[in-house]
Amino acid sequence: MASYLFKHARIIDPVAGLDTQKDILVVDTVIERIGEGLSASDAEVIDLKGAFITPGLCDMHVHFREPGQEHKEDIASGAAAAAAGGFTAVACMPNTDPPIDNASVALFVYGKAKGLPVDVYPIGAITKGRKGESIAPMIELREAGAVGFSDDGSPVTNTRVLRTALEYASMLDLPLIQHAEDPQLFAGGAMNESLVSTELGLPPISRLSEDAVVTRDLLFTEYVNGCYHLAHMSTSGAADAVRAAKARGLRVSCEVAPHHFTLTDEAVRGFDSNVKMNPPLRTADDVQAMKEALRDGTADAIATDHAPHAGFEKEVEFVYAPFGIIGLETAFGLSVTELLLDDWLTLPDLIEKLSTNPRRILRLPELRIAEGETANLSFLDTETQWIVDAAQFRSKSRNTPFHGRQLTGRALGIYNNGQLILHR
Amino acid sequence: MSSLTNSHLLGLHNVPKQDIELILDSTDTFLEILDRPIKKVPTLQGQTVVNLFFENSTRTRISFELAERRLSSDVVNFSASTSSVKKGETLLDTARNIEAMKVDIVVMRHSAAGSVQFLSERCTSRFINAGDGAHEHPTQALLDMISIRQKTKTFDGLNVCIIGDIAHSRVARSNIYGLLTMGANVAVCGPASMIPYDLERLGVRIFTDIDEALHFSDVINVLRIQLERDAGANFPSLREYHNSYGITRRRLDTLGKELLILHPGPINRGVEIESEVADGPSSVILPQVTNGVAIRMAVLYLIGTRAE
Repeated sequence: MASYLFKHARIIDPVAGLDTQKDILVVDTVIERIGEGLSASDAEVIDLKGAFITPGLCDMHVHFREPGQEHKEDIASGAAAAAAGGFTAVACMPNTDPPIDNASVALFVYGKAKGLPVDVYPIGAITKGRKGESIAPMIELREAGAVGFSDDGSPVTNTRVLRTALEYASMLDLPLIQHAEDPQLFAGGAMNESLVSTELGLPPISRLSEDAVVTRDLLFTEYVNGCYHLAHMSTSGAADAVRAAKARGLRVSCEVAPHHFTLTDEAVRGFDSNVKMNPPLRTADDVQAMKEALRDGTADAIATDHAPHAGFEKEVEFVYAPFGIIGLETAFGLSVTELLLDDWLTLPDLIEKLSTNPRRILRLPELRIAEGETANLSFLDTETQWIVDAAQFRSKSRNTPFHGRQLTGRALGIYNNGQLILHR
Repeated sequence: MSSLTNSHLLGLHNVPKQDIELILDSTDTFLEILDRPIKKVPTLQGQTVVNLFFENSTRTRISFELAERRLSSDVVNFSASTSSVKKGETLLDTARNIEAMKVDIVVMRHSAAGSVQFLSERCTSRFINAGDGAHEHPTQALLDMISIRQKTKTFDGLNVCIIGDIAHSRVARSNIYGLLTMGANVAVCGPASMIPYDLERLGVRIFTDIDEALHFSDVINVLRIQLERDAGANFPSLREYHNSYGITRRRLDTLGKELLILHPGPINRGVEIESEVADGPSSVILPQVTNGVAIRMAVLYLIGTRAE
């Protein structure tokens, strides 16, 4: 049985309101003891040299491509990337091939993730085949362990399907996770509509595409008292709509991806397809709005939308390149660099956005750092400066716009399912 | 003699004024060569130019090819219809294969914005953009500019209006960048659906009323309406477009001044421009074509002989 004694760490647990300098002894999957100057003869001692121990981080929005596109990523490589990024849990979007639109595919994901140090949860499709026409067997998906429902990559546009799906998801007490996009407005777009798209002559994606769908969805959510989660929010308009909905008491949550609080569409000027994602990079005002939303609680979670693509798929004409970038191994560093250092969030706030809130949204068990609780821990360093080197990633893919960027703060590793993954 | 700042011509965005002046001034030399009985000079002898055309074009390709041959370069034509692109090869693979055959200059047209820059950053050849999506078409803008300069002598304070589907036009973008750099006052005119977002922030005036636009203008550049793409999508009908934005003699007669009229071709007679105007004394549409060969000779010469 694995047994480790973590020494010289600072424990942060926002749920317990804990911020203390103590040692932690874990035995297999349980936190055995917390205290000062602990010793245990049969435990391996890990000196964390002042780093933080927090409840395990959870990325509620990843694409692990298995089944169907294992050349981009598979569940094992995705989980390795998650562990390297400090995540002990991820939720996989169902746009696989075949999609996770029935219990057997959801169970397949659990089967592939068995024995890994990272918990991999499937999100079920909202509609059969993700076609937007009729809802998937959501009750069976939930019984098979689906932690939410989404057609991510595509929006649910049929309003009748949307209403039914919202009612079903709410009945099951799981979030309906919307990829907010209007297909007619989006039509072939490649980047945010702005002065930059005008200058580059790239097909524009209007912010209306996101704002209009979010506004409509919130009307539906209010009407059926649904449980709605907005994936990868990117516009100030969507943030305003969610803020107002929360003030009206709606059951609404939303997530922001690190690239949407870090980069603007100015980055597209070089036509590098590693800055092409959906929703696209927006303007400086939107970046500011994402930070405001995270600070004032409008945005509940930071989620990466980790979307691996092979080099040969991305290294094509900008308009033909697939949308998406990977994010698991840079998420914490970007969060520290952009949010913590600039005082947008405190470290406990950040842990809420990266652990407590996404777990709550997906109805995963609450984590606590206390004796007798499950040992589900992340080891985080908020001070080390490092240069992102995509060649070092555990992910199978390298499609990141952050290669070569200097960040402050990085994950050292995780402890979960009785396994220690320590990279640094 | 001075030389260009960059080893590629990807567009006119951020191209310094002295580079544009250098190209325009060199063009005058080549125009003189085009008037000789033997229209050929040995300037690029021994250099190989490939015309890499992923999008249909007859006149731009012929114009480049004439320019290349008159500079005595070896010319290879590649077009998408005869290529392996249809077999699923990526753009980068295609370009690297061609480059492996030791090509000095690539003249490239492609339907995707940024594709010429994309290849120029990954290959060792020198690239000339012959049109990339709705991004840029710098040699067209340069030939428009020399056609203007021949008549007006200067760009300073000159009021130039580009009329048509600005949003989808690479010709419009390259003209806007080049003309602004040279000191002209630039305006665009078209239905609101054809004006790209935030364009005014470039310092461009926007008209949706054609008569106001003509009143403003010393020079108009009338863009071709893409019949197959636009009718029904960006405006209701060709008839309405012609009645609202078409350049007609009647409209020009109300101005009390003569405008210089350009059109990048090919013309849709009776749609964006009336025959009487296109063929009239104020039109420089055919001189534009002649200038096009000379401008491309100048660009090829300046790029081909530029020291690294």
